[in-house]
Amino acid sequence: MAEEVKLFGVWASPLSRRVEIALKMKGVKYEYIEEDLSNKSQLLLKYNPVHKKIPVLVHNGKPIAESLVIIEYIDETWKHNPILPQHPYDRALARFWAKFIDEKCLTVLWNSIWSKGKEREAAIEEASEHLKTLENELGDKKFFGGEEIGLVDIAAIFIGFWLGACQELSGLELLTEDKFPKLCKWIHEYVNHTAIKENLPPKDKLIEAMSARFGAASK
Amino acid sequence: MAKSEAVKVVGAWSSPFAMRPLIALKIKSVEYECLEEEIGCKSKFLLKSNPIHKKIPVLIHGDKLVCESLIIVEYIDEVWSSAPSILPSDPYDRAIAKFWAAFVDDKFYPSMKESNTGVGEEAKKAGLEKMVDGLALLEDAYVKCSKGKPFFGGNQLGYLDIALGCFLGWLRVTEKSLQTKLLDEAKTPGLVNWAESFCAHPAVKDVMPQTDQLIEVSKTVAKLRAASAPPK
Repeated sequence: MAEEVKLFGVWASPLSRRVEIALKMKGVKYEYIEEDLSNKSQLLLKYNPVHKKIPVLVHNGKPIAESLVIIEYIDETWKHNPILPQHPYDRALARFWAKFIDEKCLTVLWNSIWSKGKEREAAIEEASEHLKTLENELGDKKFFGGEEIGLVDIAAIFIGFWLGACQELSGLELLTEDKFPKLCKWIHEYVNHTAIKENLPPKDKLIEAMSARFGAASK
Repeated sequence: MAKSEAVKVVGAWSSPFAMRPLIALKIKSVEYECLEEEIGCKSKFLLKSNPIHKKIPVLIHGDKLVCESLIIVEYIDEVWSSAPSILPSDPYDRAIAKFWAAFVDDKFYPSMKESNTGVGEEAKKAGLEKMVDGLALLEDAYVKCSKGKPFFGGNQLGYLDIALGCFLGWLRVTEKSLQTKLLDEAKTPGLVNWAESFCAHPAVKDVMPQTDQLIEVSKTVAKLRAASAPPK
């Protein structure tokens, strides 16, 4: 049967870009469908009736939602260029760190940039702690996945690219080279990686879109 | 990796999350030792074993530490890889099981917490409504996943059964305290039968706490919470 792979996403969303990186790593051809979140398509609502969110991957008519679930599905379906490690313990660690990024880091990083006053101060403090944790976890490795990008690197796309754009927009100096030299080195490798650099949105357009949608963040 | 290395689980008998690895280990007939944490008091050992989240459960397998209950369940399935399998073998079925397990943790469990410990009647009512909506979705998922068999995993207890089933004790506590029926023959007939099969399963029946015991725990936790609340 000919493979039919479709991805419903949003150009400025780190979550749908994660899935695109995974598909590119595997060399999977797919049709990309851009969603307008203010006017969600009937297809999106049909394929993800529970959450009504992107990204959604549809493989031969079967939909899958939730970006990390989609990435593991991609890894299990197209087995070359593995995204997760081989050994069960290493796989458990990769899943742990990907979950840490999603559950602990993303919201506080977002609030560090966009919230105000005491809430923002608290978010910045918490975000700094989490970035320190990731800095220690990365250590001297080129990527979280070792010599090659893996699940954790893909999960950390917000830190790899969006955070820099948000920092430029807001003047926030949270992730800096003097505070997080290893993460900054990782970012440099990350944005130049072949599977990633073509999958990132143009930075100026991203900054413009975020500025328009969320307004001016306090500096 | 030596499967025969000693297995310990840092947990608590009343914790639904800590129940998950125990069920998985029992399915695989792996012997383990329970290291029981006290309610409201995290041991130094736990804080050292899980410094990031400081939470149970933690699986200790030889010198390896694995945290996060569903990650532990998957680890157990991958290390002790012979039958019975906990996750489905087909990648699409695995993705569906993981999608619903994420729904249980991210949506269903928080709504259950809100219905029990939400501040004020409005918050509790909102939590309860979300639980009812969640159970309707899960009933639908059960019908689709089980395909007429007793469990989400089919004939065998699987990943999604474990993910949701561990909350049955606390679900019954919620029913008693809010004087309502959540698993109901009329609205969720599939889940009613499933719950019975789940609780009777040999891998579950020794680790599922009694509802009355959990009600006592909820009173203890409420007292601890009130005692540690900042003065107004």
